[in-house]
Amino acid sequence: MFRWIVVRDLTLAWKGRVDVLSTLFFFLIVVSLFPLGIGPETYLLRLIAPGVVWVAALLASMLSLGRLFANDYQDGTLEQLLLTPQPLYLVVLGKGLALWLVSGVPLALLSPVLAIQFGLSGNTLFVLVVSLLLGTPVLALIGSIGAALTLGLRGGGLLISILVLPLCIPVLIFGAGAVDASIMGSGVQGSLSLLGALLVLSLVFAPWATAAALRISLE
Amino acid sequence: MLEATGLGCVRGDRRLFTDVNFALSPGSLLQVQGPNGSGKTSLLRLTCGLLAPAEGHIRWQGASIRSLGEDYFKSLSYIGHRNGLKEELTPIENLRVTSGLAGTELSQQEATNVLGKIGLSGREHLPARLLSEGQRRRTALARLLTCKTSLWVLDEVLTSLDSSAVRFVTSLIEEHLNKGGIAVIATHHELDLSANSYHRLDLAS
Repeated sequence: MFRWIVVRDLTLAWKGRVDVLSTLFFFLIVVSLFPLGIGPETYLLRLIAPGVVWVAALLASMLSLGRLFANDYQDGTLEQLLLTPQPLYLVVLGKGLALWLVSGVPLALLSPVLAIQFGLSGNTLFVLVVSLLLGTPVLALIGSIGAALTLGLRGGGLLISILVLPLCIPVLIFGAGAVDASIMGSGVQGSLSLLGALLVLSLVFAPWATAAALRISLE
Repeated sequence: MLEATGLGCVRGDRRLFTDVNFALSPGSLLQVQGPNGSGKTSLLRLTCGLLAPAEGHIRWQGASIRSLGEDYFKSLSYIGHRNGLKEELTPIENLRVTSGLAGTELSQQEATNVLGKIGLSGREHLPARLLSEGQRRRTALARLLTCKTSLWVLDEVLTSLDSSAVRFVTSLIEEHLNKGGIAVIATHHELDLSANSYHRLDLAS
């Protein structure tokens, strides 16, 4: 049954792939604007690269959150999802997984290509991809709480960002921190382990909170 | 056995109804009637557990539906006045997904057969947004043909259906009741079916 929810959301994402592509394009543009604006200052670019790529990833993942439950809410399928004979936790987890597969993963895979503009070395590019692969699911999971809470409200999209972005600060710090450490040549394990810990924590608690928020939003 | 005792519902600061009671044994039908805005949909959503009652209890097989949680949903099929279809998906995909989520896996061929029975042959591969209102309703109702649930909660299911579809759905409900199922239906239509026990609930009074 868990499989069906993932398959469903992936099929829907494929049929509405313009939305998915526009998120990726947003990420691409934002990251590319910095080297163009600052000019060929290799030292400075290398210094700001981790922060820029991570902030862009954070903003890009906010864009796709608005759609996570809103469409299902409007056509009544969310009610049906709430009434399936399985824990709502799993439904929410399935939707989060599908969201991550169409937003987080492509973003992480695209990032090394973009980061070349900042003059990062091969090893650092690898750390960047790993940090994004660990960090973007956390963003999707925390974001889903915000998406569930703002369901059916006017101006929900902006409200999600205001609610969720402060909660994402630890992910940003450790994600960018890992890449930073790699540039400086110090150990990256610390930051990556903390990102992993955040992922485990949010896997356990976020779907549960999202499920509770959904029940309230649908009353 | 579905039982409601002293049910009350408040939406916003408006009290929709108080002290609604019913007890439905296997094979019985409850038709909920009342003018627009009298709380028919709210009563049905209460019955599904989507809404928490302001007062009173709903029990299924003797246990409160709040405490049963997912176990209650195993025996429940709800079709709301919104069809619960994804516009981008075809009827086949919609049916396979909803059935799969309800725990009944359908193959492509089985889904096609079911949709054929409900009169959607030739339309199975069109996205739902291209279907007429009645055809969408039929797609949503196709779920009833595949589910193995014993409690059906149906909200205004007969609207926008043509007369042959109304007859088909009525016979479907009749068959469900004869097999010992329970149905709670909100509709303005007169249901032309023979049920062993046919209850009516008028929310206006």
